[in-house]
Amino acid sequence: MNAAVPPPPLLEIAGLHAEIAGSRVLQGVGFTVPAAGVTALLGRNGVGKTTTVRAVLGLLPDGGRVTAGTVTLAGEDITGEPTHVTVRRGVGYAPEDRGVFAQLTVAENLKLAERPGSAHHYDLVHDLFPELRARRAQRAGSLSGGQQQMVAIARTLLNDNRLVIVDEPTKGLAPRVVTEVAEVLQRASHRVPLLLVEQNLALVRRLARDAVVLDAGRTVHTGPAAELLADRELTTALLGVGARPGHATTPSGGAA
Amino acid sequence: MDTFVLLTLTGFGLGALYFLIASGLALIFGLMDVLNFAHGAFLTVAAYTAWATADAVSGMGGLLLAALVGTATGVALAVAVEFVLIRRLYGRPKEQILVTVGLSLAVPAAVQTLAGADARTFPVPDALAGTVGVLGAQVPVNRFALIGVALAVLIGVRLFLDRTRYGLVVRAGVEDRAMVTALGVDVTRAFTVVFALGGALAGLAGVLGGLYFGSLSPHQGTGLLVFAFVVVVIGGLGSLTGVALAALAVGLTQQYANYYAGGYGDLAVVALLAAVVLARPVPGAPRAAERLRRLLPAPPAARTEGGRA
Repeated sequence: MNAAVPPPPLLEIAGLHAEIAGSRVLQGVGFTVPAAGVTALLGRNGVGKTTTVRAVLGLLPDGGRVTAGTVTLAGEDITGEPTHVTVRRGVGYAPEDRGVFAQLTVAENLKLAERPGSAHHYDLVHDLFPELRARRAQRAGSLSGGQQQMVAIARTLLNDNRLVIVDEPTKGLAPRVVTEVAEVLQRASHRVPLLLVEQNLALVRRLARDAVVLDAGRTVHTGPAAELLADRELTTALLGVGARPGHATTPSGGAA
Repeated sequence: MDTFVLLTLTGFGLGALYFLIASGLALIFGLMDVLNFAHGAFLTVAAYTAWATADAVSGMGGLLLAALVGTATGVALAVAVEFVLIRRLYGRPKEQILVTVGLSLAVPAAVQTLAGADARTFPVPDALAGTVGVLGAQVPVNRFALIGVALAVLIGVRLFLDRTRYGLVVRAGVEDRAMVTALGVDVTRAFTVVFALGGALAGLAGVLGGLYFGSLSPHQGTGLLVFAFVVVVIGGLGSLTGVALAALAVGLTQQYANYYAGGYGDLAVVALLAAVVLARPVPGAPRAAERLRRLLPAPPAARTEGGRA
């Protein structure tokens, strides 16, 4: 074989430990996000998926802090950096609860996301979400859950980003809306690499190239998403789907 | 009738004063959860520098210059306090309260040492010293000056909040500060601007307080601050118009109760505060529903998927 050097990972998380209010939520999370495609971050409720992405962004809630480990974005150490500095490096974030400003209009929500020094792709946003243009003067708080999710994703696509992190975008949405969100994410993934936290495995199968599984604050599996989802025993053991959850095994030491 | 008109317009004037102080407090707390007990101290110091200016330069020009000096004093103090003390204490509410309460005690004491404990007469230019007949009542002209300034401030600050990028950051930050930073905005810079704006309004209130009371004393600001806090609690942090209406309600209640209920104006304000707080819907309710939703199991799509896998 030729010595083809693999491209360096876009985001590299190594040995990440984090505490929130004295409880050790992360106890060794490590994985990489390649510079293309969708990487799914999977795991049962409460294993530390959201805490992981919040730790990457320096957004741990009050009383939370990273106690060990590093986060590297495109070769630069961003561990413990103020959130706005990390984001200005080119990271878009659509949080679990969507983080839409209810009192602001749709247009104002987008305007707030405009970062200086970046092009603002309103044409793309309005092409992907024609509804947001029609509702631009409406208060975001009066939108449906699906429309709010569109606002949250639109904010991440407005700027030129190197990485977009989307936390449970389909949570609590009707199936028809889930399909819409999936289409949007698929189109977005052609432009920018995504780190996607998701419980909906149908969506993961459709979008994700790589998968990372967390359990009890640790990385317990990394590998191609298709392989993981094809292995019924593995998905049962790691994600507790298709069978009684509870007995978590650790089939592969995935800590990168 | 003429007494009622006088009380009403005086209540409006007092409300205007409360509004100037409370709007700064509300913005500062709304954006950064900082309870600024030193806000009254800004007002006091600004009132004294304004007094010194108005004392040196007489007439209407002197007053306008005093207003400028007082406002600038408020801005300078606010920025200095934010930069030197508050900025180091973000997310540490107890320490913030200790520091700002400390300032609220130390600064008036320092003013008292430098300028004496006795109240001083604030030089009011002739144009604002007289009264105007309104519906048979003789209303001091300065009341109208206060109302006019407060209206101008209300419009100006609303324009700032609605039309500028900083205003957008402030409105969003009041809702969800963490999410604003997650969009790449340095909220601390917006906060310095808001703190400076609050200082400017407190400084202006110091000048107008001198005009309204006709005098100034080292503890004037601290005394007014108590009522400004009441206004913030009643008016809420959501809207500046809410703060303005609450300021008006507190000013009027105080005036009416002082005259018609035998000087119990301050007590009536506290009663109003209690009534509003008790009648308000519990703000925690929607959050409880949100917490419940998070506790519910994962969407069924995740379950059925395993069966097909």
